[in-house]
Amino acid sequence: MQKRWLKPLVFIVCLLPLIILGWQLYTGQLGANPIDEVADSTGEWSLRFLLITLMATPLKRLFGWAWAIRVRRMLGLYAFFYAGLHLFTYLWLDQFFDWGEIWLDILERPFITVGMLAFVLLLPLAITSNKFMVRRMRRSWKQLHQLAYVIPALGVLHFWWLVKADVLEPLVYGVALVLLLGSRISAGIAVKNATREGCAP
Amino acid sequence: MLIKIATDLNESDVTPCEIYQQRRRFLQSGIAIAGAAIGGSLLSPDVSAALQLGKITPGPFSTDEEKTPLDDVTSYNNFYEFGVDKSDPARYAHKLVTDPWSVSISGEVGRPGTYTLEDILKPHALEERIYRLRCVEGWSMVIPWVGFPLADLLKRFEPTSKAKFVEFETLVDKKQMPGQRRRVLDWPYREGLRIDEAMNPLTLIAVGLYGDVLPNQNGAPIRLVVPWKYGFKSIKSIVRIRLRGTQPTSSWTQSAPREYGFYSNVNPGVSHPRWSQKRERRIGEWRKRKTLMFNGYQEQVASLYAGMDLKKYY
Repeated sequence: MQKRWLKPLVFIVCLLPLIILGWQLYTGQLGANPIDEVADSTGEWSLRFLLITLMATPLKRLFGWAWAIRVRRMLGLYAFFYAGLHLFTYLWLDQFFDWGEIWLDILERPFITVGMLAFVLLLPLAITSNKFMVRRMRRSWKQLHQLAYVIPALGVLHFWWLVKADVLEPLVYGVALVLLLGSRISAGIAVKNATREGCAP
Repeated sequence: MLIKIATDLNESDVTPCEIYQQRRRFLQSGIAIAGAAIGGSLLSPDVSAALQLGKITPGPFSTDEEKTPLDDVTSYNNFYEFGVDKSDPARYAHKLVTDPWSVSISGEVGRPGTYTLEDILKPHALEERIYRLRCVEGWSMVIPWVGFPLADLLKRFEPTSKAKFVEFETLVDKKQMPGQRRRVLDWPYREGLRIDEAMNPLTLIAVGLYGDVLPNQNGAPIRLVVPWKYGFKSIKSIVRIRLRGTQPTSSWTQSAPREYGFYSNVNPGVSHPRWSQKRERRIGEWRKRKTLMFNGYQEQVASLYAGMDLKKYY
């Protein structure tokens, strides 16, 4: 199913949250504190895309949807894109590039530390996401990109440590992450068992 | 219909429902057209607040800073009783019935009892006070409150010499306050002040803002305003005031004692464990501004804390 429209379609759909956010900002629909809204929204979309990216493999395994794998890279890059917007909102509109304060924040506030770490770990994944690097790095590429399992966990933690009292939202993302990782473990066990019984994986 | 208050009040403490409502109707008849009181309250929740403010005179301590627009003041609220999102209170607070309303005054006072809102308000002249409000989350507003000093209210009920602290409680009623269906905080919401803080002339009991009765999402019909402390200390929709000898535990202190202390004075020098308090975003402004010690009310309140280590007593 080599549909030529698949990637452009996914590209545009993934851009919709930003377009909607921009429109709401422009038309004053983000309420009394629009900057906080932008920061929250871009952060949440980054986390969502990290989790959506992790859905590709189980979707293919469970339903045979190979197209999910074909758009996986783009989804991952969108996670990076929204994380970048989120970070930029913080650096600019929250700290106004006061690097001393930013550094203090990173050192003193665990949720900032973890968020920053998540972004730093995303960087090499984004840089090595092209075909050239995949070919060149071979096995180490696969190892490196296993960070995709760690980064959303940092994202959930970042969110969890930010909320004041109601952890429901980060909890929902956390449960989704556990399910996505759990599906891999169970699939791994199934493959192992099948191999042991002499079947081809 | 009386509002259920989860306290140890007896039914006899409360004005009988029928008499109370007769009284209400009598008061309303002077101001509302026949039928509008019923029809209006069904159509538009705001009309159900039958409280009339009357004459309001300018009070002391007002800032001449630009006021936060009414729209923002009434649409961006932390009032977890209606949900944790800042837009939830504006969306759901219309379910709150603020009339009739009563407040119980108990503990170390000469005249304990449960009083109707009218009884509470009757002797007090209303003032407008334009105060800064600084939220612990790092944003701030400038709000023209309408109210009167808490000290004037407390004195009427004759606090005894044992009264060292004042504790306040918000209404608990899951039907009216849908946010209470989840135990995000240990309801009822509780707050407290030291007696000298309560008696400070800055400390306000507010019943209105922008010259009109309080919108429900802002803590109708009666709330506290303590402008030198983080916003969560200014408890909303109060049903109970108790004077006590020992320091009460606030809901937020109970929820996270390391983060929300009993005092919770606005203090740029003491960070929240998870974020800095050095600066704040004034709602409507682009750049952040520096947070002022005691939210800029040092002159009025610094002496309350003379000799205290405010890093320890945050």
